[in-house]
Amino acid sequence: MTLAFDLILCLMIIGTAASALLMRNALAAIVFFIVFGNLLGLAWLAMDAVNVAMAEIAIGAGVTGVLLILARQRLMALGDDLVCDEMPGWLRAGALVACAGFAALVGAAVLSVAPSDDLGGPIAALMPSLGIENPVTGVLLAFRAYDTLLETFVLLGALVAVWSLAPGTAWPHPPATLALTEREGHGVAAAFGRLLLPLALVMAAYLVWTGSDLPGGAFQAGTVLAGGLIIAVIGGAVLWPRGDNRLLRVALVLGPAVFLTIGLAGIALGRFLFYPPGFEKALIVAIEYSLALSIGVTLALQLAGPPVTPDHKG
Amino acid sequence: MAIVEHLYPLTGAVLVGLGLYGFLTLRHPLRQLLAVNVVGAGIFLILGGLGRGADSTDPFPQALVITGIVVAVALTAFGAALILRVAEDERAPDGTAADDTNGNHP
Repeated sequence: MTLAFDLILCLMIIGTAASALLMRNALAAIVFFIVFGNLLGLAWLAMDAVNVAMAEIAIGAGVTGVLLILARQRLMALGDDLVCDEMPGWLRAGALVACAGFAALVGAAVLSVAPSDDLGGPIAALMPSLGIENPVTGVLLAFRAYDTLLETFVLLGALVAVWSLAPGTAWPHPPATLALTEREGHGVAAAFGRLLLPLALVMAAYLVWTGSDLPGGAFQAGTVLAGGLIIAVIGGAVLWPRGDNRLLRVALVLGPAVFLTIGLAGIALGRFLFYPPGFEKALIVAIEYSLALSIGVTLALQLAGPPVTPDHKG
Repeated sequence: MAIVEHLYPLTGAVLVGLGLYGFLTLRHPLRQLLAVNVVGAGIFLILGGLGRGADSTDPFPQALVITGIVVAVALTAFGAALILRVAEDERAPDGTAADDTNGNHP
């Protein structure tokens, strides 16, 4: 990439971030945040980090953007106009000086570190023993599998935390529906939802499989699946399940459970999260497929929000 | 040139400052949640950008950033749900809000 491209991209990233923060209109701010996330994805592409670019655009821009828009709409239904109170000018100026100073300090710290890909070589040397070629998947599922295992539990824990916010009368009813209520739009959304969900399933399966050797993987695939589920719910093709639905619970826990079981089985062969030689790829792919399913369902339900009492219109 | 090599991590540093300013000055929790996400994005850019070698980017920080992005979305989902619950309790007529709280401890 040329320097001019990098420079313009960085300026646009800073500009869209500033707009997302300074816009008075909350919806405009959220839209700028989504643009900001997509530009960040481009920046990751420019840095040859395709795996991160996919995750940033799908999760950072996509899921987070939809989450914020939904929260805004539900807040407005409750009578919150989302207008920020004015702050005194001197406080604002003080905050500006403090934050500019802090950014300058972080910038100085950044300049004192020389960019390098020190670990790229050692990781590349270890990859053949795993039987897969995507080094990021290698780090996520083998060299730092501990982090990824705990992360899947964080994701599950966050969903439990969201559910725990439901009023007592709401459990175990499903979350508020997202289905369109206007008749005109509904037909299009329903057809689109029915069409997109199977496509998302195929795409997710492909992303996991290809993620062994090329950019992709369980997290990107899980997000695609979540996107398909959400569109299908908006179209009314799928209904949110109840919290005590047995199938739903299996889908939520499958990924972390398979990961943990394989990790524990490794103890018998030497240590926690040890993959027996010759079976690395098979085990990694098995973990990734179950993880993708769990991540997709968990993300979609996190977005749906806590259960609501049936007569409540969300 | 140091600045050119550090272009993306420096952009990340600016984002951290911007996000902090937004977090301090925006007086609505949903806007502050958005600001936290901008700070997070800045930290990811610093982390990933400093792992950028001559012709490849270190896979190790890449994996950490992917983990971070997923944790950030979980945080945003929980934050949004908390903000909504607080708004519901504040706006609801006194009777219903009390019923809801009592319902948790039958």
